[in-house]
Amino acid sequence: MTEIGLGHYLTLGAVIFSIGVIGIFLNRKNIIVILMSIELILLAVNINLVSFSIYLGDLTGQVFTLFILTVAAAEAAIGLAIIVVYYRNAGTIRVEEIDKLKG
Amino acid sequence: MLIVYVGAVAVLFLFVVMMLNVAQQKNQWFVSKENSGHIPIGLIISTIIFFELIIVVGGWKYKPELLNPTSSQVSIEISNTHSLGQVLYTDYIHIFQISGMILLIAMIGAIVLTFRQRAGVKTQSYLKQISRERSEGIEVLEVPSNKGVKIDD
Repeated sequence: MTEIGLGHYLTLGAVIFSIGVIGIFLNRKNIIVILMSIELILLAVNINLVSFSIYLGDLTGQVFTLFILTVAAAEAAIGLAIIVVYYRNAGTIRVEEIDKLKG
Repeated sequence: MLIVYVGAVAVLFLFVVMMLNVAQQKNQWFVSKENSGHIPIGLIISTIIFFELIIVVGGWKYKPELLNPTSSQVSIEISNTHSLGQVLYTDYIHIFQISGMILLIAMIGAIVLTFRQRAGVKTQSYLKQISRERSEGIEVLEVPSNKGVKIDD
């Protein structure tokens, strides 16, 4: 049983980031799943920031993690509101059928 | 901020659960019938990311000395939350306030986007109630005897 160090945290962050990106690229059905994938990517970045902050003994990473969380919360709220309004107007939120800007 | 974030993510998961119950059994999740041209691209991206992951994981085999903490740790007598607050409310106060403004704007934006005026909802308006006059509420009629009046015409 080795001690959990920086490498393990970075590996966890990379795994979560990859899950997010692969989720975006493989899933073209549901826009809410894409939003969740974006949240996963932001969380992976947060894990990286916090682990390096602990590793280097610098508090800036944790402060920026708080700000990233703020922006992620705002983004989730606005994204969900936009999805609700779009569903009300167009009747669908499937990614393939959202092509109103296509011309 | 943390509470707001937890609430947002909870609402997101709720939406997903509702969506999954509707659309679960009918169609395959990843495979679409009309155009499935994005599957190879997704697989290519996935393999690229997988190799990046291998680099991240395997890099610690070659340079294991990076794992040893060399620089100074965060001081032990002050707790992490305490020192975080000390930094957050002094050095980063402007960014902190800007993030508060971002949250406020997001809240206002979400409410404005999802708000709609429904037709046919009965509401109470005090201004109308207060500004009622006697002349529009009561009408004095001359009632001829043996005829009566018609009220609702």
